Amino acid sequence: MTSLAHQQTAPSRAVGIETLGMTKVFGSLTALDDVSIRVAPGSFHALLGENGAGKSTLVKCVMGFYQPTRGTLLVNGNEETVASPRAAHSLGIGMVYQHFTLVPSLTAAENLVISRADAPQVIDWQKERQALSDFLQTTPFRVPLDVPVSSLSAGEKQKLEILKQLYLDQRFLILDEPTSVLTPDEADEVLGLVQDMTKAGDLTVLMITHKFREVTSYADEVTVLRQGKMIGGGKVGEISVADMSTMMIGETQIRERAARSQTSKKTLKLELAGLFAENNEEAPAIEAISLKVHKGEILGIAGVSGNGQSELIEVLSGQRIPSDGRIFVDKKPYEPTRQHMDQFKVFGFSEEPLRNAAVPRMSVAENMAFRTFDKSPISPFKGWLSPPPMRERARELISAYRVKTPTPDEPIENLSGGNVQRAILARELSGTVDILIVANPCFGLDFASVAEIRAQIMDQRNKGAAVLLVSEDLDEILELSDTVAVMSEGRITYSSPIAETDRATVGHAMAGQHA
Amino acid sequence: MADTTETLPLTAEKGRFSETLERVRRSSEYVVMPILALIVSGILFSIFLFALGKSPVDFFSLVWRGGFGTSFSWQNTLARSAPLVFTALCVAIPARLGLVIIGGEGALVLGGFAAGAIAIPLIGVVPSYVLLAVMLFASMIAGGAWIGCVGALRHFRGVNETIASLLMFYIAVSILNFFVEGALRDPSDPNKPSTAPIGSENMVGFIPGTDVHWGLLVGILLCGLLYLLMNRTTFGFAAQIAGGNLRAAQAQGLPVGKLMVISCAIAGACAGLAGFFEVAAIHGKANASLIAGYGFTGILVSFLARHNPLVIVPVAIFLGGIAASGGLVQRRMDLPDATVLLLQGLIFLVLLVSETFYGRLPFFRSKGAQ
Repeated sequence: MTSLAHQQTAPSRAVGIETLGMTKVFGSLTALDDVSIRVAPGSFHALLGENGAGKSTLVKCVMGFYQPTRGTLLVNGNEETVASPRAAHSLGIGMVYQHFTLVPSLTAAENLVISRADAPQVIDWQKERQALSDFLQTTPFRVPLDVPVSSLSAGEKQKLEILKQLYLDQRFLILDEPTSVLTPDEADEVLGLVQDMTKAGDLTVLMITHKFREVTSYADEVTVLRQGKMIGGGKVGEISVADMSTMMIGETQIRERAARSQTSKKTLKLELAGLFAENNEEAPAIEAISLKVHKGEILGIAGVSGNGQSELIEVLSGQRIPSDGRIFVDKKPYEPTRQHMDQFKVFGFSEEPLRNAAVPRMSVAENMAFRTFDKSPISPFKGWLSPPPMRERARELISAYRVKTPTPDEPIENLSGGNVQRAILARELSGTVDILIVANPCFGLDFASVAEIRAQIMDQRNKGAAVLLVSEDLDEILELSDTVAVMSEGRITYSSPIAETDRATVGHAMAGQHA
Repeated sequence: MADTTETLPLTAEKGRFSETLERVRRSSEYVVMPILALIVSGILFSIFLFALGKSPVDFFSLVWRGGFGTSFSWQNTLARSAPLVFTALCVAIPARLGLVIIGGEGALVLGGFAAGAIAIPLIGVVPSYVLLAVMLFASMIAGGAWIGCVGALRHFRGVNETIASLLMFYIAVSILNFFVEGALRDPSDPNKPSTAPIGSENMVGFIPGTDVHWGLLVGILLCGLLYLLMNRTTFGFAAQIAGGNLRAAQAQGLPVGKLMVISCAIAGACAGLAGFFEVAAIHGKANASLIAGYGFTGILVSFLARHNPLVIVPVAIFLGGIAASGGLVQRRMDLPDATVLLLQGLIFLVLLVSETFYGRLPFFRSKGAQ
């Protein structure tokens, strides 16, 4: 069908680009160092690398958000200077961002028409609609045009984002982690369609990703960046996943996956009974959530972002007041107050610690003392606070958890993401933990930190903690959980012991197909 | 970002020493920036004076003479500083929680009114120290309840504390006028509507050898106490967490609402004390003279002091001096009295701009951090 569409349009519409010695320096940091890549017209090129490896910097230089310090950009063999994203668009280069840029209250058709640079003052909708359906015939994507975007699923929104770029006649598409908000099935569908278009020569794709599965299944070629440099690359079939992984992380030691020890008796530790809560718009966000977590068990809650997981975590950690329902610990009613947190030894951490768990302007030592500042020795008697023991304790934790900071007095916002998370981990996990509430703990972190944090969570489980893990990363859920539950539209729609389920089943449940 | 941070030796003694050095270097930013802001506003103000055809040198030397040059001007300066210390505390304490309270003037007015009003039935009935003690508590309770309400509105109803406190200032003035021009007006004073005078024998005296009342000393002590409260107690630490990141504070189970209301009440009590000293040490009665703008200048003092109670005292004296020199500048340079207000406003503006430069100047960045 795509080849048919292709024949109706001009042949070989795809745009190819090439960067020569692309370099971008920010102050003392060289974010991109002499990177030369060639993306042939009609190819599907994957850009692999950890956070901070320079992938975003490279595509931002191509898109005209940044001006490269050195280096040349060739578009279809001609040297071009891209002064702004608008200039990139006029060269046929478009980008689909990690987060949606559609106007939720407008329909798909309206979103497409207003995105045009030459949108008329008065829109003749009849004519536009005809033009749109003609245009849709030339693409493999099927999206309902007449309902508001807010009622589309994530997969449909992502397809619409790609459609928008095609509608604007961008034939070189940069996809920035396009599947991070999609279910596995949606991801396969979207990437499959994009792949068909590249095979037909209608489109060239440069995809930023860190998922090897997507690289091996869809990309033709791959380039790996590390610390701003191009480390390697080539045809996808010729490089093994192990090679790609080595290129991405270099010599860094990755902690071994922690073994799961057998826990025998099931003691109920944490119970959520019929929790309801509303989101910031006062619409129901979670409905009738009832869950049980036992000692020495990791309950993993999978789900696509925005299905009520963050509201659930907020209710459990005292950031949101539930509209109904109860929480029980050891069969006693639990409120997320400081007193109960101490009494029942409830700890937790989540993604974006600077937003959720730390005070950016306070020092590392102070941030590490949030759990202990009102207890001896930091508080030698009630109400009083003594900084020297606080700093002393911080020094111990900094070395035990290998937090890289110049001094304990450094404002925590100056640390890198992995080190901020390690500092929070040190604070939350250094004592006895009976209940651990974790949300997307590895979001945006480098491989070494991810392995470290997952191992720490498993350690706590093995020591007998009841762990509630909410994650949008299905691999993380499958790796860590003893029991998997799926959250969809604010409800728990699926639950199963890990041994009795698999990736596909959980993926289908995430898409709302209740098993 | 990638882990480009380098580890520095933390355990070695050398590490301890360089840590101290680092601390000094980083905190020097908080001293240098406000001083830079003062210099820049001085330059801008000089341009303004040039435009008027006046000499900036004359102006600044007159400000020096009028504010700090003689023992007389020092006393004038210190007398004006006392209420600024209290009203600045009214801004500084909630600022730790991230609240911007600009209605300290309202708490001052109500505190002064409460002191004057509660005194009426007691004048001549109880000994003066009892009278003053009752007035003092009345002013603190009135001011504390007033700004405490602002904190409660913010926490329970999400009302913006800056606007609420400003609007409540107008209500406070109306309450004062309603009673002072009505039920509580002293009939023996035909000129200015006031409460009955507490009598000179009952008034707060002066620090021996000066014309400066005891309020200044109380203010300095209070600054020390509140510094300890905010920096050496678990209450202050919890307030700092809540002010720095509300979500983090909630996730630690801290009673955010209680912290907010208590901090605001403490702040209001400070401003109320300013009203008490205005009544008990200066005017001897409560009337519209309470509305002298100390509450608003206190905002500037607190921001210039970066909401640090210990720094509030010198800054209050500095701004008290500028205010005290207003008369001299007016007489000698033929400039309107409001000129010094313009200078104050300019300082505030430049100061707010300087806030945006924190952490941006390379010198103050620590070496190990990105």
